Amino acid sequence: MSHTVNHESILGKFPGTNWDQEAGALIVPTVQAKEIATWLRDNDAFLLDYCSNVTGVDYLECEVKEKVTKEDGTVETVTRTEPSRMDVVYHLYSMQKQTGPLVFKQRTNREQPEVESLTPVWRSCELQEREVFDLFGVNFKSHPDQRRILMWDEFEGHPMRKDYTEPFDYEWEPTPHDEILEKHQRGKVIV
Amino acid sequence: MSSATAIAPNYELIQQDGLETSLLEVSMGPHHPSTHGVFRMDVKLDGETVVDLQPVFGYLHRNHEKLAENMSYLGSMPFTDRLDYFNSMTNNWAYALAAEKLVEIEVPERADYLRVIMAELTRLVNHVSLVGFFINDLGALGTPLLYAFREREKILDLFEQASGARMMCNYFRFGGLRNDVPEGWLDRARDVVDHFPVFLDEYEQLLCENEIILSRTQGVGCLSRDLAISAGITGPMLRASGVNYDIRKVDKYSIYDRFQFRVPYTDGNVGDCYDRFMVRMLEMRESIRILKQALDGIGDGPVLGNAPKVFKPKPAEVYGRVEAPKGELGFYLIADGTPKPYRYRVRPPSLINLTVLRDMCLGQKVADAVIILGSIDIVLGEVDR
Repeated sequence: MSHTVNHESILGKFPGTNWDQEAGALIVPTVQAKEIATWLRDNDAFLLDYCSNVTGVDYLECEVKEKVTKEDGTVETVTRTEPSRMDVVYHLYSMQKQTGPLVFKQRTNREQPEVESLTPVWRSCELQEREVFDLFGVNFKSHPDQRRILMWDEFEGHPMRKDYTEPFDYEWEPTPHDEILEKHQRGKVIV
Repeated sequence: MSSATAIAPNYELIQQDGLETSLLEVSMGPHHPSTHGVFRMDVKLDGETVVDLQPVFGYLHRNHEKLAENMSYLGSMPFTDRLDYFNSMTNNWAYALAAEKLVEIEVPERADYLRVIMAELTRLVNHVSLVGFFINDLGALGTPLLYAFREREKILDLFEQASGARMMCNYFRFGGLRNDVPEGWLDRARDVVDHFPVFLDEYEQLLCENEIILSRTQGVGCLSRDLAISAGITGPMLRASGVNYDIRKVDKYSIYDRFQFRVPYTDGNVGDCYDRFMVRMLEMRESIRILKQALDGIGDGPVLGNAPKVFKPKPAEVYGRVEAPKGELGFYLIADGTPKPYRYRVRPPSLINLTVLRDMCLGQKVADAVIILGSIDIVLGEVDR
């Protein structure tokens, strides 16, 4: 398998970054993202010249159950609320050193998501960031050509979001039943 | 990298005899035979010269990723066939590889050998038909394509005997393969593989030094090494621009470290359509080498490991990638402990290889833009997903 990239020196060089052990990913503050990406591409220790995959991940607000061990040794299950967020994930490889992947994440809120575009660093982000903008609604600052790519321009909403619901504006089958009948009775479908 | 209205930098319209000239805007596609599906290029022309080009996607978009996030892990295996419908076996493999990283499943050795055999047969199918379509785009209507399809049919027969379907094979499972190949299949496969070089000799003799092909493809659609790396180009197109990068060699996934094969690549000085065509021709020879070794080395045994009946991985994220015939095909999966993937992402080589279409076409003739698109090797099922 490919050789993994040593991430310790990145954390030392840029104090704002975090390492997510569970996901095996480098979490980068969006203001620093372009600087760190350029450094990773040009630094001789990394030479991550190839950005393979760019995608978004939408996390809704959810409740997580965690087991906490108290001081007296008893284990208690605690419920806490995980806030919603939006991740933009980049998978970086080095073609020169044949190493990788390094998972690079920009984290933002999901109400008005805005991250730094890395297209000036790697051209391969151009179409993929357009796709993330189209399907997730993430705004990429300083992207050279940010338009919808897969959906048509007049389309409203962002279909890959977890809370996206399809519009009731197309023709259903002539005899509605089950789920469609229910929608029909709510008055949202014209049959 | 410009807005839709800008024209190429440093380009001037020449006024002749005081006449005003203007650009001609042509919408090529979506139903153009050379776009290999429903793909559109908005080109601006000065006479015959391409001044600007914008690719338009999405005619075949069906939100494959959203569909997969609403069904079980195994449920989307048949849908991966429909991504790049020429190469369903490698699509299956990339997805199986990513899912096998989520849970520790041991793949039996016979299954690994059969996977390699299927993947390399797929590469032959893809490259041989791509070359046929490419020559078709050049204007040699029919003949080379039909020769290619005659050979492709023999391999598709093998796929049908093994999996029951010619193109939508749905043959791979997490931890192995759906079923073993029928009796006598390996002998028939050996027969096809042994006769393939005869056809390749004939094909190369017909095409590689053909004067028309040389004059139409050499120096057309050049792609520099640096741009190819930066733009994330993968597969034969990258190697034609002079980068020695093959995921079969880099990752050594499955059992590729057991086989002797070379990776054809150029010195990177030109990177034109002819290089891309020749790299594919040479790659077929190497695939045959791998196939011969695999068919000799395959042993008996089960083809499906101890995969769990209900696939329910623990929370984790993985990225699995294989060297598909068109480039790096990757699957990014996030599991959240339920039987459905929380996030399912396909990294499509066809779409990302199109990033440089505009750069390669600027300044070329409009007839050459068709060839350049043909030499990229796209399948719209994968571009639009």
